[in-house]
Amino acid sequence: MNFDFALILAQLPAILSGLRLTVLIWVASTFGGLLLGFLVATVRQFGPGWAGALLRVVVEILRGTPFLVQIFLLYFGGPAIGLRLDPIPAGLIGLTVYGAAYFSEIFRAGFRAIPPGHVEAAECVGLTRRQIVLRILLPEMTMLVLPQCVNMTILLVKETAVLSIITVPEMTMVIGAIGSQQYAFVEAMFLLALFYWLLVEICGWLGRFSERRLSKFRFS
Amino acid sequence: MSMRLFELMLWAAGNTLFLSIVSIAIGLAIGLVICAARLSPSAALRWPAVAFISFFRGVPLLVQLLLIYNLLPVLGLMVPSTVAALIGLSLCTAAYQAENLRGGFASVPRGLMEAADMVGLNAWQQFRRIRAPIALRLTLPALVNEAILILKASSLVSVVGVIELTRMAQNLSASTYKPLLFYAVAGGLYLAMNWTLAGAGSLTERLVRTGRA
Repeated sequence: MNFDFALILAQLPAILSGLRLTVLIWVASTFGGLLLGFLVATVRQFGPGWAGALLRVVVEILRGTPFLVQIFLLYFGGPAIGLRLDPIPAGLIGLTVYGAAYFSEIFRAGFRAIPPGHVEAAECVGLTRRQIVLRILLPEMTMLVLPQCVNMTILLVKETAVLSIITVPEMTMVIGAIGSQQYAFVEAMFLLALFYWLLVEICGWLGRFSERRLSKFRFS
Repeated sequence: MSMRLFELMLWAAGNTLFLSIVSIAIGLAIGLVICAARLSPSAALRWPAVAFISFFRGVPLLVQLLLIYNLLPVLGLMVPSTVAALIGLSLCTAAYQAENLRGGFASVPRGLMEAADMVGLNAWQQFRRIRAPIALRLTLPALVNEAILILKASSLVSVVGVIELTRMAQNLSASTYKPLLFYAVAGGLYLAMNWTLAGAGSLTERLVRTGRA
């Protein structure tokens, strides 16, 4: 058994393009998921009852089924109802919606953790519901939900690897293909593992850093 | 979907359940060992445990599975893909369970251990009679969560050719040209299994809270 990583590293430009797409999809789906998740949590908390009930079912389904099945349903099942998507948009939409389901639960727990007195006080001074959400709940919640949001962000970078199965040319697909062509699949997978591990460690480090920086805003 | 095809899906769901239960059980055993190494005073034991946990939690399961599936033949081990899948799932969940257990052991009240010292229990007795039962009870809810996660994650072993629920849905979609139907049914079966597990989870949590587990 002799490992030859040079065979794979010779394809550096392709590897970098895969890495770039992984990071792009990761960042886009994290921000999209945070935004959509916050919206879902807000509607479930303050919106009309029927919308809350509907969203609850959707979130339960998204959290109870494997991401791989969801992405298959979207990418292969979509055309049957006229929804024809290329791999990259399908992957982006799938991952954003999947992330939003988890983020919305984190935000909901955050809403519940804020002392009701704060909301009552805001109501007393005449803030509208929208102002209460954006000016009181969101800022106060940020510190509370940050650690779990970081965890979810880490989960999302790992889920991007699944998109290789529907041929999104991200890191797993690109490095896997190079590994097969060069007959060095094990080396390729080791290198890939190293890349993901680095991304996850960087993300965890950034999370701890921002937690420290934001800790002065903690209200409790 | 004909009855015959639905039976095939049910059989595959059974396989998913089998893979999940076996890997959760093996993962718990390995996780206990890793956790013990992680908490050991000796650095020679602690650092490999830290590296193990960091690797298996930091790398996507799909990459782990592809790595193990392709590495085993290189190492001269020709095993069926189900075995490779079980190794991958077990090692991955072991890393998470080791961390859960570490949390459990950390929350055992110090006073209890002092009391155990006072009545003259030795270190092994303290571990077997007091620390381990309490830590396991504290980590039961996390174990149920982990089981749900693994049940979903097991869909990835379809990639290395194991015929479980997701792979069966894939095969039947390809042969009947009805992907929407089969993936929806697969999703429904995953939901049913997860909700059952979650129900069992809240039951154990209640039993733990009232001190009956």
